[in-house]
Amino acid sequence: MLSPLDHLARQLARLPGIGPRSARRMVLHMLKKREGVMYPLIDSMTRAAEQVKECTTCGNLGGSDPCELCTDRTRDPTLLCVVESVADLWAMERARVFRGRYHVLGGTLSALDGVRPADLRIDKLLTRANDAGVKEVILALNATVEGQTTAHYLAERLVPIGVSVTRLAHGLPVGGELDHLDDGTLAAALLARRQAG
Amino acid sequence: MGAFKLHAPTASNAPAALAIGKLSLFSFRNYTEVRIHCDAAPIVLVGANGGGKTNLLEAISLLAPGRGLRRALLADLQNRTLSSEPWGVAADLDTPDGPLVIGTGRAPCSEGTQDHRLVHINGQPARSANALAEPIALTWITPEMDRLVGEGATARRKFLDRLVYSFDPAHGARVRRYDKAMRERLRLLREGRAEAVWLAGLESDMAQTAVAIAAARLHMIRHLRTVLAESDDPFPRPLIAARGTAEDQLTDHPALQVEDTLRAAFARARSDDAQHGTCAVGAHRSDLRITHRAKNCPAESCSTGEQKALLIALMLAYVRLLTIQRDMAPLFLLDDIAAHLDSCRRAALFDALRALGCQAWLTGTDQDDFAALAPYAQFFRVTDGQVTLL
Ligand SMILES: Nc1ncnc2c1ncn2[C@@H]1O[C@H](COP(=O)(O)OP(=O)(O)OP(=O)(O)O)[C@@H](O)[C@H]1O
Ligand SMILES: [Mg+2]
Ligand SMILES: [Zn+2]
Repeated sequence: MLSPLDHLARQLARLPGIGPRSARRMVLHMLKKREGVMYPLIDSMTRAAEQVKECTTCGNLGGSDPCELCTDRTRDPTLLCVVESVADLWAMERARVFRGRYHVLGGTLSALDGVRPADLRIDKLLTRANDAGVKEVILALNATVEGQTTAHYLAERLVPIGVSVTRLAHGLPVGGELDHLDDGTLAAALLARRQAG
Repeated sequence: MGAFKLHAPTASNAPAALAIGKLSLFSFRNYTEVRIHCDAAPIVLVGANGGGKTNLLEAISLLAPGRGLRRALLADLQNRTLSSEPWGVAADLDTPDGPLVIGTGRAPCSEGTQDHRLVHINGQPARSANALAEPIALTWITPEMDRLVGEGATARRKFLDRLVYSFDPAHGARVRRYDKAMRERLRLLREGRAEAVWLAGLESDMAQTAVAIAAARLHMIRHLRTVLAESDDPFPRPLIAARGTAEDQLTDHPALQVEDTLRAAFARARSDDAQHGTCAVGAHRSDLRITHRAKNCPAESCSTGEQKALLIALMLAYVRLLTIQRDMAPLFLLDDIAAHLDSCRRAALFDALRALGCQAWLTGTDQDDFAALAPYAQFFRVTDGQVTLL
């Protein structure tokens, strides 16, 4: 049997970006500050677990469904930006360069990892793109093999619908992931986007 | 690839060399702990078989990115009797930009982390071993490479790609990207229910990357040819060429057109590739052709000694190219180099090394083979993981 302390450390160490050593440091820190840190954290985690929803329209995570971005009337409904993950959506938002709507795919096509078109939110994307209001779909996918293959796949599906399909400019570093780009690079890539498919 | 530059160094402004001044090994292969002090002149390591000469060169080769001259796993480098102490290699170097301290070693194993190697540059931890590409220039010639000349295209292509890496660090990422896309495509083909659109996406990525890879290889070949044409060492001149679908076409077609050709070739090959479980065309099929120029004879048909001499001529040209590109002579590791060379060729090699001005590390079993180097080289005896100055 693991002690509660080891159990907690073990679970924290499974989180992305956290190794066994930092997990133990976190546990010690929390146990030292139960009132100030640990209980408020338990409380926030419970609330997040109960209240954060996946938006059934765009796939973003937020406090409501449809999410805050999908209901924001100041955003341009004719522009749809396709990203791989919620992390990438947030990276775009951080850069403050895009004022349209988003669509989170939930991954990229990968034969080796067994991710097929049906595993991604592609049908939903095609439905949304078919909506008379949408004029341009921007494929903001990572510059990895999977990202670019998926972009190619989506372009082939979207072009027949009659929307304009664009991709981020190839100023992106090869293999570069949006989440790791600085805001300026991301903004430049978006402004210089080019026709795809 | 714009990073390539090629201008001859002026005689008065001969480039300085990268040189190890102090080298320490801990718990590495058959070494428990050893420390060597040396200067910029060539170094000769002599000793009986199994003493640890190649191990020492391997340790030096780990001052550069990659897995070293044996492409070993981190765990294999670990001294078998000292398994609790992670191996380490440290070097104090002289560079044209001043002193440089490199430390590298296996990370202490801890639960949940993968075996990986740590790198410190001037006392600062580096993000990865790739950070060594910037301060370090290093290459080697080993007995295993002898077979390369006569063996299959795969070994020669990998050799050429390795030469390109040192000039163009992005080449590694390109080759990995191509392999990844190729494996994705093969998996789809094998499963047999591939969507054509998905396949076309992968093939398009493969075509783009293959053209970039081929262009980098051709670039390397062009530069090597230039240097080979100018060199005056007495080794037989190798005629070299990179051959492959993309390489052949790039010489007289624009890159975009070659991409289209490749894309079409991939699409045509789908059903065959699915059947055979391999990709019939692409950047992974290219070859480095080497020909003995004077005899107009493919290297495969040359004698063992001639093959070795061709390889040496090629590597000397490469070191010259590195020197020009980096504005400093690289570290040059030559393992078991005296084997297969007659005394005349040996003397020529030593002269060439001297002219290059690089810190060369040579190994051999017989000290007499290196007599011509005696006036200026430093000699060490290597026995059972111990190194003594002679
Ligand atoms: N991980 C290890 N731990 C301990 N010893 C090792 C390890 N790996 C290799 N060795 C030993 O190191 C010894 C020296 O090997 P090395 O290849 O350096 O010899 P060498 O001096 O180059 O010999 P040769 O003249 O035959 O080329 C070998 O006997 C080998 O068994
Ligand atoms: Mg050896
Ligand atoms: Zn939404």
